This record gives sequence, structure tokens and C-alpha cells, in this order.
Amino acid sequence: MSEVLTLGRIPLDDYAELLGAGEIEELRALATPLRGRSIQMVNSTAVGGGVAEILTRLVPLAEELDLNIKWEVMSGGGDFFEVTKAFHNALHGAPYHASQRDFDIFLAYNEKNRQRLPLDAEFVVIHDPQPAALIEARKPGANHWVWRCHIDLSHPNRTVWDFLEQFVSKYDGAMFSSPEFSRQLPIPQYLFYPAIDPLSEKNCELEQEFIGQVLARYGIDSQRTILTQISRFDRLKDPVGVIRAYRIVKRYFDCQLVLAGGSASDDPEGAVVLKEVLREADGDPDIKVLELPAWAPLEVNALQRASTIVLQKSLREGFGLTVSEALWKKKPVVASAVGGIPIQIIHKHTGLLSHSVEGTAYQIRFLLSHPEIAAKLGEHGHEHVKENFLITQKLKRYLTLLLTLARGS
Amino acid sequence: MNTAETPFEFVTVSYLTRIGNQSAGTLAELLTGLEHCSDASIFHHTFQTLGSHHFLTEGFSNDFAQWVLSDTNRNDLAEQLAALDIRDYVSIAALRSDLCRVVADYCATYPHFASQSALERFYFCESVEVTAPLGRSAQTLDEFRHGIALLSHSGFYFHFISSRLRLQLRTNDFSHWLADGLGLRTLAESVNNIDIYTNTLDSTRAKLLRLIDRERRKA
Repeated sequence: MSEVLTLGRIPLDDYAELLGAGEIEELRALATPLRGRSIQMVNSTAVGGGVAEILTRLVPLAEELDLNIKWEVMSGGGDFFEVTKAFHNALHGAPYHASQRDFDIFLAYNEKNRQRLPLDAEFVVIHDPQPAALIEARKPGANHWVWRCHIDLSHPNRTVWDFLEQFVSKYDGAMFSSPEFSRQLPIPQYLFYPAIDPLSEKNCELEQEFIGQVLARYGIDSQRTILTQISRFDRLKDPVGVIRAYRIVKRYFDCQLVLAGGSASDDPEGAVVLKEVLREADGDPDIKVLELPAWAPLEVNALQRASTIVLQKSLREGFGLTVSEALWKKKPVVASAVGGIPIQIIHKHTGLLSHSVEGTAYQIRFLLSHPEIAAKLGEHGHEHVKENFLITQKLKRYLTLLLTLARGS
Repeated sequence: MNTAETPFEFVTVSYLTRIGNQSAGTLAELLTGLEHCSDASIFHHTFQTLGSHHFLTEGFSNDFAQWVLSDTNRNDLAEQLAALDIRDYVSIAALRSDLCRVVADYCATYPHFASQSALERFYFCESVEVTAPLGRSAQTLDEFRHGIALLSHSGFYFHFISSRLRLQLRTNDFSHWLADGLGLRTLAESVNNIDIYTNTLDSTRAKLLRLIDRERRKA
């Protein structure tokens, strides 16, 4: 038996107030030719991680459009997930020596899942490398298969990518979060941005009173400038660089810095980075280093909304959806020009890009000196997210893809 | 009130972005890309990008100009590329030809800039278009106004901006129907003159609705 996930209803009309009735009418018009047609989403986990988070919202919204959509999760043992975790890191460019045994484990679990899952929908969407070899279950010309890659394949480990490519090239298309993350493939490749949900706890409107309570809980002064970076304690997010940029800004402007991320207690590397951050903070009472329990979405939301400027000074980044979260809240953002960030931050239009500690500090000072420009960037950023990075836009992109596949182009 | 024989059918559009196989890291490579990319790619980076970035009304015109400005720091070339107004073109071939001419002239004048590496690469993409009827039509000015007010951004963009290429005329679906369907040629011309570079889609629509309201008051 396969595990089909059943999710609660999310009324599509709830989005009409934020987006306008015309946008919802448009989704319904695009979905009309697809009504009742079967779609299967397959990934490797039901909870945790960005893919599961997106599918949890996307699948119920697609059901609202009368699409016959199912979300199935592939099964695997500890050995399988160890191998796929190593593949994941290797595809991101980490050093890794793949053995034949690793490939055999990968293939064996994909074979088991081919027997277990009814992969007979008209449209099958496979997410990420773990279930990529399920494509072998496809009967020639029987249905449409597409592969959604949520990771950056710009510098993959050659051996692992060569192994995966033999499966990926059998799909009808592949979707990537950025052109930069894609590969040269013999199949069409499409741009599919990750998305945020404006009605989720992390992004919904909040009462000013609740925001005030969150600030008070962490000893943050709402009357003074607040600079914030929300990200896990990871060297690639450069929290130490953020503190150095803050110190330069502090010479010119009174300000506080909030560095908030998930708890580092179950992440050995995170705990080391957290120590480095605390050492760099050196007891400065205006630097608040917050370990939030399980990412506490409402608190993240409140901290973003209370911020004067939001930072994302990553050294490397995936898509960096925290940027879209801040832009949705009309916050001016200063962020590094890495990964998917330049797609979200159109320099001088929807935010400011930087390439160094000094550059980050300069852009912050510029915005603090020109609050009217900061406000305009925030307004434009909000519109940019509304047009491109909301869950409803992602749903629209899927509808367009399915219609394109159905017409055979 | 006039009634048109042929009703105006409201349609919406959605674009899928297909990632191309070309990219550019210098102005010389941008020129090569412009010469060889598909028509769908030129459309994507000019017409389509104006629709998806309609909220930017200062200094944003097309993806080529934006990349030249932010990643190669050649403000003068960016300005020339941004000055190409898609309303002047009824074919992609003519638009491509002018884009190539502007970049080629610049590279010839400043050969040392032509091979200078950009901060980030430019990736050529293509638009794949899917249209869907909204099941709504108009035969009178009142019905037309009502339909326009209900359109999504994409639907409005489809009728007002990308329609020029489809019609192969220097006009848009709205003006075309106002003139041919209702015989309102002055109103059609006023609508066609709304500047889409200095207005957002929302402010363009608001201006259009005001023009229609003025016409309705005359009746």
C-alpha cells in the first residue's frame, strides 16, 4: 500500500482579499481544462524541509481548483537516506567519493517504490534526486513526467550527477529555482521559483500588540533602529560578517542587531558557529542572538515586521526565501548577490545588493539616511513578491506547465 | 449606447519560463546571444519582463538594460537599451535588430569594455505562452469597463501590451475594439497613448477606466 497524504482544506477565496478577485478567477480559468485530470506529486518526506512545506499548502489549493491531485511519499531505510543525504551534499559541490554500493542502495529503494506506488497519473511530478529513478516505471508515451529539482546543481560532484543524469534525461522536463542552478540537458528546463504563503503563520498580518510582546520578551527596544538577519547559525550565512557590518553602521547610527535562527542544540556545527557568533558579539547588549524553538513562525514574523532593515548576508545561498518573506512585509532588504537572491532583489529597485562586509554596512547606512528610499524599496519588493514568489503564483506556474505538457510542446 | 457587432472576448495569459542554453558573461557574449537566441527569448526579456515587473516605473525597461546596468556597470549602454520602446515594434525581428545594433555599436566604440567580465552572468530564457478564455465578453462600453475592472494583471497585460505583436499593429486589443467595434476612435487613441513605462499596470488601468468614464458621461 502506498501512503497518500490527506491534507486540510485551504479555501482559495481566502487569497482574494490580498491578491484581488481577478487573480483567483484567472487560476480557475487556467484550471478549467485540467479539471478531474490526475496529478501525482512524489517526494521523500511528509514533514520537515521546504518541499514538504510547499506541498502541504500547494496540494489543497490545487484541490480547490477541482484537480485530481495526490501527494505520495516514497519510503526508504536509514541506509537509503544516508546515501541520498551524501548525494545531496555532493550535488551542492561537497567532496564525496561515491561507491557502487551507494548507487545499488539508491537503485534498490527506487525499485521497491516503483512496485509500491501507483505511478499511473496523467502528470507525475517527482521532487528532488531521491525518487528520480522512479521514471523507470513509466510506460512509453503513457503519461507526462517532470522532475522538480530544488537544489543548486551549478557545481555538482561529477560522478553523482552523471549517475543521476541518466534518469533525469528520461523526463519530459525539469524545473529549477534559478537558471544558474540548472544543467545542460537534452530535455526542456523551466524556471520554477520557490514560494511563500502569505496566509501562513510566518507571513500573515500580526497585531501590533503581539509584535510588541515578542520584542519585549527578547529585550529589543521598539523605539530604536532594528537590523535583523533570520537564518540558521551556519558559516555560509555569515553571521560574524553581519556583526562586523553592524559595528561599522554603529559608528554613525544608534542601532540594535537581531540574529535569530533555529536552536543549535541538535546541530553540532550550528553549536560551534553559535559560539563564534557570541564571541564576536562580545557581550554587546545591543546584539540579540536568539535561538528560536523550531523556528517559531509567529515570532520570526514579528521580528521581521519590527525590523527597520532586514539583512541576508550569505556567502552562498539556495534561493534564500527569507528575503521574500521580508519583502512581502514591505521591509527594505540588504542582501548578498549570491544564489537566488538577485532574482528577488533587483538592485536599487526592490532592495540593495552587496558583496562584502563594508558594502553591506554602506548600504545599511544609505537606507538609514534615506528612509523615503527604504520605504519605496519595501513597497516595490512587496509587489515583486506578489507577482512572482507567492504560493498562488507557484500554483499558476504548475497549471501552465501541465497545460504545456498536455498540448505537447 | 453603441453596441458592437463583434463582442470583445476577455482572455488571460500565463507564461512558463523556459531556461535557454545560452548565457553571457561579457557584452560581446550578450551580442552573440542576441543574434542567435530564439524570438521567444527576445519576447521574454523585453515584452514579458515589462509585464512581470510592471510595478517598477523608474529606470526599468527590459532585462538586457537591467543586466548591463547592474552587472557590467555600463550606464550609457544601459540607458540606450532601456530607451528602446516596445510600442515602436510590431515584430520581434525589428526589435532584435535594434538591440543588436545598439550593443554592436557600443562594443565597436569601446572594445575594451566588450570583453570585460560581468559580476553575474546573463541567462537567456524563453516565454512559453498559455492563454485561457475568461468566459466574459462585452458588446457595450459599460460591459467593457466592467470586464477591464475585473481583469487580473496578466489578463490586462495580455490585452494591452503583448497584443501589439499579435495584432501586428501599433495598437492594443482595447483600442482596436474601441475603434473598430464601437467606432470610438478618439477614445481608442487616448487609451493607446497611456505610457506603460511610467505607469504600473494598476495605474494604467485606472487611467483607462477614467477615460472610459469620461466617454460614458458624454453619452
